[in-house]
Amino acid sequence: MTDNKKIQISDLNVFAGKFQILKNINIELPENKITVILGPSGCGKTTLLKCMNRLTDLYPELRVTGDIRISGNNILAAKEDIYKLRQHMGLLSQRPYPLPMTIYNNIAYGLKLRGVKKRREIHKLVVHYLQQANLWEEVKHRLREPASRLSIGQQQRLCLARGLAVNPGIILADEPTSALDPISSQYIEQKFLELKNEYTIVLVTHVLRQARRIADYVVFMYLGEVIEQGDVHEVFENPKMEKTKLYLGGTFN
Amino acid sequence: MYILNRWQRHWANNTWMIISLLVVATLPFFLFLGLYLKSFLLLHDYHLGHLLFGKIWKPGIGQFGFFPFIVGSIWVTLLAMVISAPICLLAAIYVTQYSKTRLLRIMHPAIDILAGIPSVVYGLWGILVIVPFIARYLGPLFGVDTVGYSILAAALVLSIMIVPFILNILIEIFRAIPVELKEASLALGATEWQSIKQVIVKKALPGIIAAFGFGLARAFGETMAVLMVVGNVVELPKSVFDPGYTLPALIANNYGEMLSIPKYDSALMFAALILLVVSLFFNLIMHFFIIRYNKY
Repeated sequence: MTDNKKIQISDLNVFAGKFQILKNINIELPENKITVILGPSGCGKTTLLKCMNRLTDLYPELRVTGDIRISGNNILAAKEDIYKLRQHMGLLSQRPYPLPMTIYNNIAYGLKLRGVKKRREIHKLVVHYLQQANLWEEVKHRLREPASRLSIGQQQRLCLARGLAVNPGIILADEPTSALDPISSQYIEQKFLELKNEYTIVLVTHVLRQARRIADYVVFMYLGEVIEQGDVHEVFENPKMEKTKLYLGGTFN
Repeated sequence: MYILNRWQRHWANNTWMIISLLVVATLPFFLFLGLYLKSFLLLHDYHLGHLLFGKIWKPGIGQFGFFPFIVGSIWVTLLAMVISAPICLLAAIYVTQYSKTRLLRIMHPAIDILAGIPSVVYGLWGILVIVPFIARYLGPLFGVDTVGYSILAAALVLSIMIVPFILNILIEIFRAIPVELKEASLALGATEWQSIKQVIVKKALPGIIAAFGFGLARAFGETMAVLMVVGNVVELPKSVFDPGYTLPALIANNYGEMLSIPKYDSALMFAALILLVVSLFFNLIMHFFIIRYNKY
């Protein structure tokens, strides 16, 4: 392929005590594309995602070895500025976790962390990112209300806006639609398709149809290992590995 | 045998539940009523303002001023909270957010042991350690001549006594906050401390207030340990090194010998009534704040 490789992961291993969660992960994710990491529950998809923005640091019992290069820098190196690194990636988790503040401040929080200081500037950007997440029309009259009063679909879009507000180059999404109704899910998927021109998107899911709908590049994982990776058409229409065939055929157990 | 049909069973079950609820719900009311009736003799003869704000306590000549006791109780309680609250909050944050989970496993039994120590043991420890410490070191350090039995001694003993209660609740509250919330904040580039200060503590605020309120109520009602070190002098304390007297200590110290003096038993019941009302008042304020901050 001729695409630029935004994220290159080589020989990544993650251990929790004696148990190995990720085994020798070697993948390359293309820039400005949607990469879907596919696999059954418990195969290490979420851990892989958390390695990429070093949220694994939160869990002292995890031991991470190997290399993750983002635009060439090894982010697992000790001297890497993890706060800068995390601002480079927006995270969208399985369920929305709005911060315990107003709708407005949920976005402003990230802006302030990014160093935007002027009030007028902050206001302008809050509006901008809420519009980006298709939420502005619904919340423009209630910006000072607690974010927890929004519906769960609105909350997830708020989390997306919050993630975009730190101006990331990469969006990490961990089954972002699994708690949402079909219409809210569609919103998010649609948004991802629009965003991929500017962002590199890594999406974790176990929903095959979702992967087929929006993926450009697919990584199939099983029990901590990468079984197969490639363009969405290659993997879906012409899987090389037996396990991938079984999973795609729905007869996996 | 007659078998109850579904409606009868439903009715029977409901009745029992309602009766149980009524017993629990009306208990404070009956407590209040009993104390009020018992202290009626005093309330009938004296003006309420004189009782609450009178500074002279001479039951022998019919002078019942509760102000020194009220002030003593408030001093001791607030001072204990000022010492204890920040320590508990920081300890709970450290244990739940920074340290490894193993520390929490070791600390939990240790905290429970602290909670299980009888208050008379705390009192004795206060007499043996805190009181001489204040008399010999802390007093001279501030240029005060003191025997050690003081408001400060009581507050120090109390502040240690209420640690396990507040800390246990705080730990549970912080543990109940999903780790994903912290991850969300960290993922935006916040530092650990920023996340704790602006997200975790904010989310936990109603619970933190409840924990402090619980500690306050316990401190206010604590009797034995306080009366052993507070000095039991009926006097308005001018500084924390002065001895004082608290409401619970007043009741406990005098309950046996009250019969010879008229209205003395009534006065002690009134002291209990004040305790009850102040506790209810604390509770009310606490609930106000919990509701106020519970919107997120």
